[in-house]
This record gives sequence, C-alpha cells and structure tokens, in this order.
Amino acid sequence: MKGAGPAQLEVRGVTKAFPGCLANDDISFRIEPGEIHALLGENGAGKSTLVKIIYGVLQADEGELIWEGKPVTIHSPHDAREMGIGLVFQHFSLFETMTVLENIALAMNDVRDMDALRKQVLEVEKTYGLPLDPDRHVYTLSVGERQRIEIVRCLLQNPKLLILDEPTSVLTPQEVEKLFETLRRLADEGCAILYISHKLHEVKALCQKATVLRGGKVVAGCDPREETAKSMAEMMIGQKLTAPDRGEARTFGDVRLAVADLSLASDEQFGTDLKGINLEVRGGEIMGVAGVAGNGQNELFRALAGETEQEAAPDSIKIDGTSVAHFGPRRRRRLGATFVPEERNGHGAVPDMSLSENGFLTAFRRMALAAKGLIREVPTKSFADNIIKTFDVRTTGSGAEAGSLSGGNLQKFIVGREILQDPGVLVISQPTWGVDAGAASAIHQALLDLAAKGTAVLVISQDLDEIFAICDSVVVMAEGKMSKPRPMADVSIEEIGLLMGGLHDLEGNATPANDTQVEGGRVGQA
Amino acid sequence: MEWIVPFVLTVITASTPLLLAATGELITEKSGVLNLGVEGMMLVGAIAGFAVTASTGSATVGILAAVLAGAMMSLIFAFLTLTLMANQVATGLALTIFGVGFSALVGSGFVGFAIDPLPALAIPGISAIPIIGPILFGQDFLVYLSIAVVIGVGWFLAKSRAGLVLKAVGDSHHSAHAIGYSVIKIRYLATMFGGAMAGLGGAYLSLSYTPMWAENMTAGRGWIALALVVFATWRPGRLVAGAYMFGLISVMQLHAQGAGIHVPSQFMSMLPYLATVIVLVIISSDRAKIRLNAPACIGQAFRAAQ
Repeated sequence: MKGAGPAQLEVRGVTKAFPGCLANDDISFRIEPGEIHALLGENGAGKSTLVKIIYGVLQADEGELIWEGKPVTIHSPHDAREMGIGLVFQHFSLFETMTVLENIALAMNDVRDMDALRKQVLEVEKTYGLPLDPDRHVYTLSVGERQRIEIVRCLLQNPKLLILDEPTSVLTPQEVEKLFETLRRLADEGCAILYISHKLHEVKALCQKATVLRGGKVVAGCDPREETAKSMAEMMIGQKLTAPDRGEARTFGDVRLAVADLSLASDEQFGTDLKGINLEVRGGEIMGVAGVAGNGQNELFRALAGETEQEAAPDSIKIDGTSVAHFGPRRRRRLGATFVPEERNGHGAVPDMSLSENGFLTAFRRMALAAKGLIREVPTKSFADNIIKTFDVRTTGSGAEAGSLSGGNLQKFIVGREILQDPGVLVISQPTWGVDAGAASAIHQALLDLAAKGTAVLVISQDLDEIFAICDSVVVMAEGKMSKPRPMADVSIEEIGLLMGGLHDLEGNATPANDTQVEGGRVGQA
Repeated sequence: MEWIVPFVLTVITASTPLLLAATGELITEKSGVLNLGVEGMMLVGAIAGFAVTASTGSATVGILAAVLAGAMMSLIFAFLTLTLMANQVATGLALTIFGVGFSALVGSGFVGFAIDPLPALAIPGISAIPIIGPILFGQDFLVYLSIAVVIGVGWFLAKSRAGLVLKAVGDSHHSAHAIGYSVIKIRYLATMFGGAMAGLGGAYLSLSYTPMWAENMTAGRGWIALALVVFATWRPGRLVAGAYMFGLISVMQLHAQGAGIHVPSQFMSMLPYLATVIVLVIISSDRAKIRLNAPACIGQAFRAAQ
C-alpha cells in the first residue's frame, strides 16, 4: 500500500507566525495510510500549532494541506471531522459534569438520536476493547478512562487520520500497552496515525516514521526503529545530551523527613484519602513517589507542606525529629523544609507579582529579606537575581511578572528559589512537568547536587524515566496507599507499573523476592 | 375563605416578574456568564415597555420594545465582557447603576401617566368557575408566557442538543472551544436571551403589576432574581418553586401588615436573601450536588489560546 497511492495527508510549506514568534516555519512532511508517524520536538518547537492547523483550529499563513491528493482548506474542527480527522487532546477536552455519552455527543458533527448513539458507542467499545459505561459522569472516571472517551469519540467518526497529542503522559505502563494495541489495530485497518510524544522509547516501539521539529522548522526525519532514544533526543534539542551526574556512591545520613502511619481524609471534593502512609527520607537521599495522577499524591504533598485543613495525627510527620503535624507551612519552613508544588502559576508563584516579590514570599525568613516588618529591597532583588543567574532563567529581569515566563522557565525559578534557601528537606512535586529536555536535565542536576550536600529530597513524579534517572529509592502510591520503599537498584519498571495499578495486596508479606511479585502480579491480572 | 382567590392572584403577580427575569439569567449563567445587571435591565425594560405602550396605545408593541430594550442592555454587557474581556462582576454592577439612572432619565416625562393594565385572557365560561377559574384561567398573557418559557428552558437544557452545547460552554469553555464550538457567539446569544427576559420581567411590572411608571420601581427584584438562580441551583423546576416562594413571602409582607400582625417589614424583605444564604450553606455542604448543576466557568473571561 505504502507509496503506491497519494499520501493520506501531506503538509506542504506550512508557515504560521504569532506576534513575536514564528511557530511553524515552512513545515513539510507526509503521512501514508496505515502509517504510524511520530511528530517529535521540545516544548515550543511548534508541534501543537501544527496540530491545530491540521485540525482546523488555526489557519496557516502560508503553505497548504493535501488530503488524499487534493489540496484542502480546513476551516474548523467541524470540517476536519467531516473529512475524517480525529484528535485525541493532550489536555482532555472533556466536560466533567456531563456523562460519557453526552461528552461523545458533543463532539459529533451530526445530531444523532441518543439511543442510537449509545448503541454505536457500545459497539465501538466492544470492537476495540475499550470498556466504558456511557452513563457515568466524567468526574468519577480515572484519567485512563477519560482518555478512552476521547478515543471512542474519534473512532465513532471512522477516522482516516487520528492525531494523538501526548496520549501516554497520564497512563500506567500497562495502560500504554493497551493503547498501543488499539493503535496498531487501527493502523492495520488503514488509518493513518500522527503520534506526538516526548517519550522516545514509546515512539521507538510504536512508530514507523518520525518528523523532528525544532524552533518551528523540520530538522530531521527518521525511522525511529533504527534510532535510539538518545539519538532522537539529540535531534530534538540539537545538542549532545548528558545524563545527570549521580556522583560517587552516595552515603545517607540521619532520617530528616519521617512520615508514620499518616491517614488523612482528602479536603478536595473528588480527592483521594491518604491511608496509613509510611516513609523515611534520610539526609542525602532522593526518594521518588511514583504513581498515576490522582492516587493521593496531591494530598500527600499538601499534608507534608502543611496546607491541609485537617490536622494529621500527632507525630505522624516529623522534620529532623520535630513533630510538625500541627504546624502550618510557615513553621515547617522555619525548621528548614521547603516545598515546590506541582502547579506553578497560582500555587508555586503568584502570576501577577514580579519574580523578586515571588522570591520574597517563601524565602523572606531563611534569607533574611525582611526587617522590622518591612521588605529589604536590595537583598530581595539580589536574591531573585541570584536565582535567575544560577538556574539560567530566561527572563527580562527580576522585575518581570511570574506569569509572563514560560512554564519551564518559571519552574526553574521556583525550584531555584527553594534550593537556594539551602533546605534540610525538600518536597517537590512533578519537578519537570512540561519542561523541555534541556531545562529538565538542569533541574535534575540541581536536585542531585542538593542531595549531595545532605538534604533529604522527596520527588513526587508521574514520570518513571525521571524517577529512574535521579532517585535512590522509590515508593508507589495507588488509591491513597503507599508501597514499601525499595532501593532503585532492585526494582524494574514493570514492577512499578504493577504497583501503580494498585496491586498492593501482592506485596509486603516478609518481602518476597522480586520475581515472585511480578509472577504474582501477572497471575492476578489474568 | 374568600380571601384565598385574591391572595393567590397577588402571589402570582408578585412571582411572575421574578420568574421571567430569573429564567433569562439562568440561561445566561448556564453559558458561564454572570450578569449582575438584571436590576438595571429590568428597569430599562419597564420604562421602554411603559413609554411605548403609553405613546402607541398598543401593549403588544410595548412588550416587544421592552424585550428589545433588555436585549440591547445585555448586548452592551456582552460587548464589554465577552469581546473586550472586562470583569463581569464590575461590568454587571455598572450596568445596574446605568440602568437605574437611564430609566429614571427617560421615565421622568412619564411619571403620573396612566395606562390600561394588560387584559386577562379570560376564557368565557371556564374563567367563571369559582376559585380555580380566576386563578388558572384569568391571568394575563405574560403569566402564561412565564410558565411556558420556563418549561421550554427546562426542555431545552435537558433534551436538546443546543442545550447540551450551552451547558458544555459553561462547564469548560476551553474544551468546548477545542472541539469547535464558538464560545463567544454562544455566550452572546445566552446573555441576550437573559437581557430580553429581564426586559420582559420589567415590562410585566410597569404594564401589569402596577400599570404606571415610578423611578426605581423594580425595588430590588432584579437582585432577588439573581439570588433565585443560585437558590434553584440552576435548575428550572426549582426556579419556579423558588420564584413562587419568594413571591409568597413578598405578598405575606403586605398581608401581615394588613392583618395587624406586627412583623417588621424589613424582616420580610430580608427573607428571600436569607433563604438564599441558607440554601447556599446547605448545598455547599454537599459539593457534589452543586457541582453537577453549577456552571464551572461562571464569571470567567474566555480568551482562546493560541
């Protein structure tokens, strides 16, 4: 089939400029029917803009799209769906308070009878092995199930081109494997697939072709099956990639952060209650908390940072031996703990305030930025300047509003702000979420350097690659419970995947050998 | 027992303007727009309806003028908040203040005018049935319309695809935009429906309730309509119940005084708001309940991401 007929979609010379940036610069590539084609690039490389042009959300300034051999203009997502283009969004485009069926109906071009639609949905679910109850409200569903809605929604339109934007960032390894099965099956049926992902080993496993974007331009095309993850990453960033330097064999000091039997009801509406959490992080140790989002990680972060309304049991949280369960964030910080939340704007930083003001907000005590209730302007500014310099934050200066920085740069600033306070304990959530490879490796290195100085670091992350790259030990959260800590060296990615799926009952009892656990897990799943 | 019929009749007339305005605001809010200018839109609707009826002698033309005037007021609001992205709360308050002043200015020449009240749509024979006749079959056109519109809105939200799209826009404007719905256009339409209904509610006051014009004659009914939407947790069925309950309270205020029961009138006029606060506390204790009906994006400006 391939190469014989016209391409399913050919992008020719597409250019799109936004004020102050050229998002797409003369981009050309083609996707054949039945081909799984990867689109690679760092944040800001122009992938999302290109997808929006193909899906009709944006119009190209120049260039054309050739669909099945004919030039086309796609004015709107409605047009795109009409032609047979489906898009599975990166940030789900779902309506939380509506049912699965209503969500699907909203994305249909033609108005259909709800009962007929329900039948079709159930049929597609059965054919492709995507179980979903059409009458459940979306807010009650897991992220994996939510993604299924998006996929079912696309499949119902019999797509000829399916675009997936970062589909696996929220899935467990097992869920990813299931998704890949569905995609391969679709490709076998002749559907072209445009697959966008940061996760290069997945691209290698799934895709037959790849187009690499950098700075809005196509810089390379390759066959991912013949490349390594490292070589593709280097094409993306345009320079050699250095693995974080873990230093010499690490030695750990005393326990600096201890959590003992912490149970806490969530104060979020659809949150997860924490159930009997135990962990100990020693000075110099980096411990990773793995798990699919929404399994209690946010609640754990808030409990550790002292942001929850309810008070944890006395002695359930200790920082350097002091019980802090009844302390608020400020008193915990006074004991030498610092915290970096997942959400940068609004939680980690005040978007409308300048960088130096944001620096002041968490560091004024430890860095002595206030005197007699007044802000000391000069040290405050130089503290912010120091963060900007040390962590290579790209900004116009310490007077810039936090909200004006890109996600990656703001993250570097916030991480820098907490690290430069020289904390005894650092709890950091999703340190490199949405941050490009260059900035991510800088943040990883900074965390390793901090631990080398004797700080206890707890990294809450959904990115297993990140946990494997920097952590000394790992725990897994599932449904508000936490697995026993394991040294990184004796645990495999499959085991973590099983634990993420919530197979806690299989572990524990006198710590059986790893192999038995994996065996047990598979049997349990079958 | 002969007091029952006039009592019920006054409850209906007191409730109808609330129901009309609140039904419009319900649709506006369901699309994610919070228009606090209901009081101002009602006043402008009231004077437009009264002035045109007094000038042309036709109540039909007057009612149409009131609808148009309310819609124009909401169009100003929509342009400021949806196109120019002004803050909805501040703009809504400004719209009310503007409406109070503007209606007083236009209406200064009409103070003391008298018009014929809207005729009841009497059905010969049936309307003469004791008790039920005058209550169910002796109302004017706008009373029936208010019930018909709220039933229509209930059906629209629950059953129609357009209603589903409207709720979707109010629930997550970014998602709605991503799948290709025009958030701004839908919000313009919803806001203008809200304005038209507020204008109609105002017209009911100046054409039927008290067929005359007085400055600031809505006397806070626009605010009660706003409270009513929250009270009803954005559900049309509860909206009817709430409107009639608030109407009942305001009539009891008069009758209590007439009957010599000494409840301070301030207490009675406070009751609708107090009831709203209590309901808010009750529904907030189970957030799942409010969440299923409350539009999540209410009051937030929508700016399409690049």
